[in-house]
Amino acid sequence: MSDASRTAPPLAFPEAARRAVANAQVRANVRLAQNAIRAKRASVVGELRDWEALRDAGAAIKRDALARLDELLAQLETSVHDAGGQVHWARDANEANAVVVGLVQQTGAREVVKVKSLLTDEIGLNVALADAGIEALETDLAELICQLADERPSHLLVPAIHKNRREIRDLFRERLGRPDLADEPGELAEAARAHLRAAFLRAGVGISGANFAVAETGTVCVVESEGNGRMCTSLPQTLITVMGIEKTIPAWQDLEVFLQLLPRSATGERMNPYTSLWTGVFPGDGPQEFHLVLVDAGRTRALADPVGRDALRCIRCAACIHVCPVYRQVGGHAYHSVYAGPIGAILQPQLSGERGQPGSLPFASSLCGACGDVCPVRIDIPRLLVHERERVNAAQSARRETVPLQAIGRAFASPKRYERAQRLARALQRLVVSDGWFVRFPGPLAGWGRSRDLPAVPRETFREWWRRERGA
Amino acid sequence: MRVALFVTCLVDTLFPEVGKATVRVLESAGVRVEFPREQTCCGQMHLNAGSRDVARTLAERFVRVFDGYDAIVAPSGSCAGHVRAHVPEFVDGGDRGVPERVFELSQFLVDELGVTETGSSFTGLLTYHPACHSLRMLRVGSAPLRLLERVPGTELVELPDAETCCGFGGMFAVKNADVSSAMLDEKLENVLATGANAVCACDSSCLMHVGGGLRRRGSSVSAVHLAEVLAP
Repeated sequence: MSDASRTAPPLAFPEAARRAVANAQVRANVRLAQNAIRAKRASVVGELRDWEALRDAGAAIKRDALARLDELLAQLETSVHDAGGQVHWARDANEANAVVVGLVQQTGAREVVKVKSLLTDEIGLNVALADAGIEALETDLAELICQLADERPSHLLVPAIHKNRREIRDLFRERLGRPDLADEPGELAEAARAHLRAAFLRAGVGISGANFAVAETGTVCVVESEGNGRMCTSLPQTLITVMGIEKTIPAWQDLEVFLQLLPRSATGERMNPYTSLWTGVFPGDGPQEFHLVLVDAGRTRALADPVGRDALRCIRCAACIHVCPVYRQVGGHAYHSVYAGPIGAILQPQLSGERGQPGSLPFASSLCGACGDVCPVRIDIPRLLVHERERVNAAQSARRETVPLQAIGRAFASPKRYERAQRLARALQRLVVSDGWFVRFPGPLAGWGRSRDLPAVPRETFREWWRRERGA
Repeated sequence: MRVALFVTCLVDTLFPEVGKATVRVLESAGVRVEFPREQTCCGQMHLNAGSRDVARTLAERFVRVFDGYDAIVAPSGSCAGHVRAHVPEFVDGGDRGVPERVFELSQFLVDELGVTETGSSFTGLLTYHPACHSLRMLRVGSAPLRLLERVPGTELVELPDAETCCGFGGMFAVKNADVSSAMLDEKLENVLATGANAVCACDSSCLMHVGGGLRRRGSSVSAVHLAEVLAP
């Protein structure tokens, strides 16, 4: 994960997207994967009669948990402690990384095995570990593919969605020393399995994220599909879980809601294949040392925003990404964020605090509403996108861009000025219009003109016709 | 019943024929149409662009201009959806019930008047694109299709992946022109795959995008507004 794109200043979305759209292979891969997951999700969601009620419950539990997060976090700390675990607090990425590096160093391990974790990607944990001379091995198959390719994951759940099996075969041939590999899925999986199994058996430390942490019992829950995560959380002597504070839920029973919502929304499965739950340590079985690192990294700032805070309900299912027509064309890398797609466009600006610069993510949506319709915890993503746009516009650097809109707004606030604007448009367009269509696309119309024709303002507007035909 | 036409700024300025067709459709259904001359724009574009203050001004204006009508009908699911979904929160209880009396054309005809035939005819194969805001914000459901399937001479053919956005998205089409164009490409592939003579929708904004794309590609397929198909 030492790749340069992690540290280079991110491109604004339109430019990053322009490059991504030009990559026909990525577009084709993403379309195929999206179609498959979309259809599976729709089918398994459709078979539950109480799906909408489950969404209500999921939203309500999360809303409640976030409203009293201070209290729940204190309870979680006590519960974990009582079960034989240790709890650490981190205000930001640097603090979290320092805590984890320190914990690994105490064990003397030079290598750790990792369960797929978005938070550790977000805080750049692997880079921090590498800087301390500790090698972090990603064990989720797709994460491993990205790590071997020295690329960033491009999707919350399906990190290598941008790669097809031929590309993966070539990568494994080179990086796993298996020049004989064919592009058969079974053979590719077996190569990864052999590579990972050796690492599981020798690793002294496992690192995981958390899908949920139950305040009432101190139980941590990790949801995954391969069983590799369970190897990481059960074989090593030391287990370190790094989680964002917003993943806390009040009670054990709440899991019944989320363990129905998550797999159906995420991978279109009725039941998740590997759901690992652990509570502190159990003598003689599994890790004998357990650390829970609770990370803020922008969460409390987001929580203070009465509209934006809803994004913290996210359970990282990626249903919004699977239906997003924008993501469909550009893939995840264009977002330059661990969190891509619609949820990324509202989460990343809040977590990073970078609301002004580059500030382009909230505009990376046509506001078609498909994301909000599928969100299992009913985050009104289009509304939050618009809210984030307002924040960007309020930043000094973006004011200039809103001037034309403000001017149009003033014109539209009076019918006289509005009609004058219509007549002015008709007069000015003579320079660029021929036979009722634009033939040149100056200034702000340039983007439109690249792929679309545009009709000219006709000789008579509707209201002029009405006045002529029907009088006042 | 006093019925006002909310023609929308886009139809007024760029697509007056759609406005005239809407008047003809409503009049054929026995409605006496009024056109409040003070109307301009509902402010959706401003809200979506992140200019909430302007959107509020225009929302308050909208309520003033259309107060007193029993129904306010627009040839746009997007503008009607915006007024219903967002205007109430702007004018803070002072919306005088105006937003809930705003209807998209097909919704008004089918759900309010119980009209499913308008006396028009159309010759050819037609495919229908359920524009995003009609579909997911206003939830007009099957009303447009119920009207279209009764137009003599029309054969409806299903649009593959119909519910995916065409890539218009207001300022999005200009600000993120490359993604918008890629989305349009896929929509056009699907439209052309149907072999239809025309693609129909409830919104001139989406049709400006889809139609502009078709024309740029030299296609003979036309983009027609629902009102134009329904107008006698």
